[in-house]
Amino acid sequence: MERFTTLSAVACPLGLENVDTDQLIPARFMSRPRAAGYGGFLLHDLRLRLDGELQPDFPLNDCRYAGAKVLVARRNFGTGSSREAAVYALWDYGIRCVIARSFGAIFEGNAVKNGLLPAVVGERELSAIDAWLATAEPPHIVVDLEQLQIMAGPQRIAFTIDPVRRLRLLNGWDDLDLTDRRNTEIAAYRAKRFRIAPWVVPTQDRER
Amino acid sequence: MTTAHTLFDKVWDAHVIVTREDGEALLWVDRHFVHEGSHHAFRQVGARGRGVAEPGLTFGIADHYVPTRGRPIISDPTVAGMVEQLRANTHQYGIRSFDIMDPAQGIVHVVGPEMGLTLPGLLIVCGDSHTSTHGAFGAYAFGIGASEVAHVLMTQTLWQQKPKRMRIWVHGILGAHMSAKDLALYVIARIGADGARGHAVEYSGLAITALSMEGRLTLCNMSIEAGARCAMIAPDDTTFQWICGRRWAPKGAMLDAAVAEWRALATDPGAQFDKEIELDATDVAPTVTWGTSPEDALPITGLVPDPEREPAVRASYVRDTLSYMGLAPGQPLTEISVDRVFIGSCTNARLEDLRAAAAVLRGRKACVPGLVSPGSSGVKRAAEAEGLDQIFTDAGLDWAEAGCSMCVGMNGDIVAPGERCASTTNRNFRGRQGPGARTHLMSPAMVAAAAIAGRLTDVRLLPGAGG
Repeated sequence: MERFTTLSAVACPLGLENVDTDQLIPARFMSRPRAAGYGGFLLHDLRLRLDGELQPDFPLNDCRYAGAKVLVARRNFGTGSSREAAVYALWDYGIRCVIARSFGAIFEGNAVKNGLLPAVVGERELSAIDAWLATAEPPHIVVDLEQLQIMAGPQRIAFTIDPVRRLRLLNGWDDLDLTDRRNTEIAAYRAKRFRIAPWVVPTQDRER
Repeated sequence: MTTAHTLFDKVWDAHVIVTREDGEALLWVDRHFVHEGSHHAFRQVGARGRGVAEPGLTFGIADHYVPTRGRPIISDPTVAGMVEQLRANTHQYGIRSFDIMDPAQGIVHVVGPEMGLTLPGLLIVCGDSHTSTHGAFGAYAFGIGASEVAHVLMTQTLWQQKPKRMRIWVHGILGAHMSAKDLALYVIARIGADGARGHAVEYSGLAITALSMEGRLTLCNMSIEAGARCAMIAPDDTTFQWICGRRWAPKGAMLDAAVAEWRALATDPGAQFDKEIELDATDVAPTVTWGTSPEDALPITGLVPDPEREPAVRASYVRDTLSYMGLAPGQPLTEISVDRVFIGSCTNARLEDLRAAAAVLRGRKACVPGLVSPGSSGVKRAAEAEGLDQIFTDAGLDWAEAGCSMCVGMNGDIVAPGERCASTTNRNFRGRQGPGARTHLMSPAMVAAAAIAGRLTDVRLLPGAGG
């Protein structure tokens, strides 16, 4: 997994709360293999009108925010469906960090597993970031995961992320590597579980 | 000294393999369900050159992409490919799969409980957020992403941080014509779409213990719409009666031993929660959504919100949402006409749900088109044995096969752009039922009432409703 340390990039303010994963990638695109790239599906039905033309007033379509690697939203970003494809769409579009008041729990976990930083800041700080992005030329910020700080022009804004997830992103750790070191404990647990709670094992011969 | 533990604590503790210094725990997974959407995860397993650790604890179910009409022929090649991919992946690793033609096929969150695969005290995961449903049995059940699905396939374990604990008390008893769906929408409107974020929710109180298993499943299903990590209800006689005799459930002496263990799972008196809220079921009215988040729910007697009267931070959301939904500020909810209805999904397609809708529709005609998709092939057979299918078709609704159907917009069942649908599903997100679709969430009885009236209607006021 790619490490995340510091990101210096254009940020796009969405100004939306409850951006659910059905918005991040509509279900009809999820049968495609990842190799084909998911970037074109990001926020598809908000970015594009039903006739396929660009929605002119959607922030990501504003040339001012071209090449954005950061999205700024409001509360409960990534709520809803567990589809990791929502993260694939963000990643393949070029987004490496989302700043929001809060995140849907499953999305937040999926993001970190793919190297994308979900950064939590307060509502007032979000307004300050949005205000900076609305006027700054270019609308650029720096996200420093080491220092847990966002630099929006002269402003230093603290953000939070669970410390375990921070370390995982900083180091690019992969869960599976950590799990494989625990094979002995897993085998011991399994034997004990099946012994003391045999009812947990569904048995083929119970099938009529 | 012994301390008082919550239901969640007990199930969590029983699954901890090891806890790291930083607080993350490696948990054992008792039951893992995969579906057609799990293809990303199987690809990851293959790319790593690994196998499936516990195929005997893993079950495949075709539900998200399967068409509900025209089986066994799947005319859409993409959909056919997805169903075939699940078949190939599960076959390759020796996983029992309830395929499209299996007599047990249906929606994973309906089939698991129905087959006796969902049991109290289990840790259950699936790459689907509505896995919270299974918590109705006192299982710790939650949705996971594709990377986690791959991790569980390869190791039968997951790294997790322990969520906080939240108890939602619901005192009193739900009124006539009210269901777990009304209660669920009421709870979400009260606490918000992120009101339970980061928490394992336990539901307690008279209104909860009075619910059938079907009702409990509906309530736990919708808890993800309040942001809950999982939802649980302490197993009791209602639970044990449901499990007894189910196909894959323990039987005889093993069941007796299990029931004794399951009884001990209930939260101990004096156990501490991080957050507790108390609600009264008698405050719950038939509830419908007007917006594009499940938290946008109101009693059917209410009015569409007016952005001018909303706080500034909310006003622009309400304005945009009313525009998308094609609604006017201050409009009575009962004046919203609908173009079609849908009865189905992992939220509300169990036998009790179909009975509730049929009770309203019996002898009446729907004045809009509609689709009824039972939650499983088993539910379908049971409903047909009672003649419920006849009531639906006599009313003018389509009676289809089991699957996620018109809830997910990925299997051919969709609501057309701009069309308005009264739906028993769980998400009214923009485009959830198809691009440009307008969804109003409500109970099966309320959807049936909307079908008859052609607009959102208080089911309590239908002639002959009584109560």
